Amino acid sequence: MSWEVVIGLETHTQLQTRSKIFSGAAIAFGAAPNRQACAVDIALPGVLPVLNREAVVCAIKFGLAVGANIAPRSIFARKNYFYPDLPKGYQISQFETPVVSGGGLTVHVGEAEKFVHLTRAHLEEDAGKSLHEDFHGKTGIDLNRAGTPLLEIVTEPDMCSSAEAVAYAKALHALVTWIGICDGNMQEGSFRCDANVSVRKPGAPLGTRREVKNLNSFRFLQQAIDYEIQWQINEIEEGRQIHQATVLFDPDTGETRAMRSKEDAHDYRYFPDPDLLPLEITAAWIDEVRSKLPELPQAMQQRLATDYALSAYDAATLTSTREIAAYFEAVVAAAGTANAKLCANWVMGELAARLNRDELEFSASPVSAPRLAGMILRIADGTLSSKLAKEVFESLWTDAASSADTVIEARGLRQVSDAASIEPIIDAVLAANTKSVEEFRSGKDKAFNALVGQVMKASKGKANPQQVHDLLRKKLG
Amino acid sequence: MLEASLKQLSAALAQKKISSVELTTLFLERIEQYNPTLNAFVTLDHERTLAAARAADVQLAKVGAGGTASSRTVANMGAAAAPLTGIPLAHKDIFCTAGWRTTCGSKMLANFVSPYDAHVVERFSNAGMVMLGKCNMDEFAMGSSNETSHFGPVKNPWDTTRVPGGSSGGSAAAVAARLTPAATGTDTGGSIRQPAALCGLTGLKPTYGVVSRYGMIAFASSLDQGGPMAKSAEDCALLLNAMAGFDPRDSTSLERPAEDYSRDLEKPLAGLKIGLPREFFGAGMDAGVRAAVEAALAEYRKLGATTVEVGLPNSNLSVPAYYVIAPAEASSNLSRFDGVRYGHRAPDYADLNDMYAKSRAQGFGAEVKRRILIGTYVLSHGYYDAYYLKAQKIRRLIAADFAAAFKECDVILGPTTPSPAFKFGAKAADPVQMYLSDIYTIAVNLAGLPGMSIPCGFDNALPVGLQIVGPWFGEAKMLNVAHQYQLLTDWHHRMPSGLGKS
Repeated sequence: MSWEVVIGLETHTQLQTRSKIFSGAAIAFGAAPNRQACAVDIALPGVLPVLNREAVVCAIKFGLAVGANIAPRSIFARKNYFYPDLPKGYQISQFETPVVSGGGLTVHVGEAEKFVHLTRAHLEEDAGKSLHEDFHGKTGIDLNRAGTPLLEIVTEPDMCSSAEAVAYAKALHALVTWIGICDGNMQEGSFRCDANVSVRKPGAPLGTRREVKNLNSFRFLQQAIDYEIQWQINEIEEGRQIHQATVLFDPDTGETRAMRSKEDAHDYRYFPDPDLLPLEITAAWIDEVRSKLPELPQAMQQRLATDYALSAYDAATLTSTREIAAYFEAVVAAAGTANAKLCANWVMGELAARLNRDELEFSASPVSAPRLAGMILRIADGTLSSKLAKEVFESLWTDAASSADTVIEARGLRQVSDAASIEPIIDAVLAANTKSVEEFRSGKDKAFNALVGQVMKASKGKANPQQVHDLLRKKLG
Repeated sequence: MLEASLKQLSAALAQKKISSVELTTLFLERIEQYNPTLNAFVTLDHERTLAAARAADVQLAKVGAGGTASSRTVANMGAAAAPLTGIPLAHKDIFCTAGWRTTCGSKMLANFVSPYDAHVVERFSNAGMVMLGKCNMDEFAMGSSNETSHFGPVKNPWDTTRVPGGSSGGSAAAVAARLTPAATGTDTGGSIRQPAALCGLTGLKPTYGVVSRYGMIAFASSLDQGGPMAKSAEDCALLLNAMAGFDPRDSTSLERPAEDYSRDLEKPLAGLKIGLPREFFGAGMDAGVRAAVEAALAEYRKLGATTVEVGLPNSNLSVPAYYVIAPAEASSNLSRFDGVRYGHRAPDYADLNDMYAKSRAQGFGAEVKRRILIGTYVLSHGYYDAYYLKAQKIRRLIAADFAAAFKECDVILGPTTPSPAFKFGAKAADPVQMYLSDIYTIAVNLAGLPGMSIPCGFDNALPVGLQIVGPWFGEAKMLNVAHQYQLLTDWHHRMPSGLGKS
């Protein structure tokens, strides 16, 4: 009998503010331990939190981007528990009234489209880090991360496979980086997921869930969910019950293991933080943020597909990051809408591959959008063949001073398209390859291609391939 | 000099009749003489204090030589205010002071030196005041008798077998014994007003949000408020001018135009409407206290004030509501004292939980532990609605009671405490009896209102306090009401016998 899988994700996104959520300390990654922790962050006696407005702007942006409700009044609460890297003995978070509720994301899983509903997104502070190595039986505490602003984004249990969960996580990752609220760096922990997983027989009530914590790559997310699903199914099929638990995923073994069970779950004693006033967000503030929000990826995808007659796949790829989209739009602006498909092919093909090989971002491309557009115009008007275009692109890549036209001129790469110039070459090739001609006439189509190749070679690649094809047919026909 | 007002001290300093070093030395010598008996100060540092006095003298000399006026002005101080440069002051040991030990009356912080100054401390040092030392207090401000201090109880200068009140008992005893011209205190449920009453001085708790809590070690964040303790209302007004004002580091600090709290001191009281809550004049008040308060009311009527009975029907719920809300906030506020980063850490422990348990068991006293347990309990899953939420509802009802009462009167008067100073140990064994000594003051904190206590007579040779409660932001009115009474009476000039004058 088959099993149904139910997955909900909680994602901690680290917000791209200049300072911490409740103090003025910087949040740059990689500083020496405790060098980015001020009196507030280490919770000295007498210090008080002050909310960073930038963090609120990030939450508003997110709420707008997912079509959620932005609470006119939300409350910061204290989540009380003892841990050495939690300096106050409580985390300031939002409990009963989060800043963002509802909304959702459309995600693509293969050909299928799915809408994942969001329960809520709330602002909170990150904890510090406990360092267990290098201290010989002791634990070191680094409070640089303490107080880093987080937006915790919680979905409804809408996903039913690891593939859907990963698709959602990728879509969310693309969105938060697109609207500029998170740098998306998963290695540094700027974007990390907790997965709530349960299984049930179709039609049965929800099964008991286990929460896999702190998954900081899409691959781990998929592996952890897949392992967890199989583990739960095995447990039930072998007659055991699933107990609610928090589990950790071990990337080395690919397995999950229980960290704590429900029995020793904390009573966090949430209550409104008396040091902070309720967070009030006016309609005017929301409007101000909305006016500065970039065009959102989904809207842009539709626009690209409609305006430039691109496939849904192309439009989705070109809007996978804001940088690609901006680059593509700049190329089209210079090369003309009529050449949009050609632009898309070059941006997603040759350029993306080359950038990827050299580990460069689109914004750092050695070939600027206008230079690429210049080359595309020469392809479109027949001056350049696709083959020679690759050669021109190579020059554009290595020589920043060059343009498509200067390269074509300097190297004589102009495509030859007049029959008077091509016919003598064909005649010479036919005369020198009587064997291939015979084979073609006896029905071997392959021989025709060999002859085309010989002509192209003899023209040093400059002959218009289509014309070579047509003339050859005529002569052999 | 011991009886001089801050204004008089300021004039004497400006006119070079005395230097700040001389004035400071006078008080340091009195502290040397009487503190061993009274235990009002927990930390003294003559060198630092005298260095500050010398710096003040340099400032005063510049002004005398025609220096810039700006060095004499205090931030947010009105034109009528007297400069405070060179005048000594003592701080309750709940305010963080850079370079000075800040203990909060606890073993937990017995060796803690803050790297920064509290906002209030910063304000007074910017004003040129000279810190004499840090005053003893109930541990983490939890107490009404100063018996919970890790550093031993403070003695009441009027009768050293009796408590000075709490939690600002060290500050109160120090001012009462004239070991300092003035001191800071904090008031969460009466911790300025109750010891002011028991020691015969003038103390003021401002409207919640008027004085920044930054650097003031939190007991119950939604109730805590710092304020001045001095001999007179006039002195308190000057001190409040220096203390009050918006501080962006405290989100509950109110952004309001600067006020000169002494502006209305001299206004006549004719036509003043005094509200007398019937709930504050019922059973439970000592006869001697009642007599002193009634006599004070008679003085006010002579000044042209009228009295009207008002009702605060929910005031009987204030002590229970307070003992839910304050411990709840405290249980969370005190979580940071975990032995990890600073403060007491047990010398031996088996693992992390053992370190927490031992450090906190050793570092906190019995009353603090009791309140952490109460607070933890009322916030627990399943009890939150029944206790914490209900207490918050009561709190709103109490505030509404006051709002209604202030439609009928300008200020509310009554006793500060039901009885004068009690003997050491008299209530120590029964926490509820101890909690009831704040029965008249607690409602004011729950409502966020300003309140004062001024001396209004004696009961068996022990001072009695008259409580004045103003409407929100009614500090100037309250001070006016207090000052006019102090022009007519001399209770606030009475000094405990047995303490020599110099």
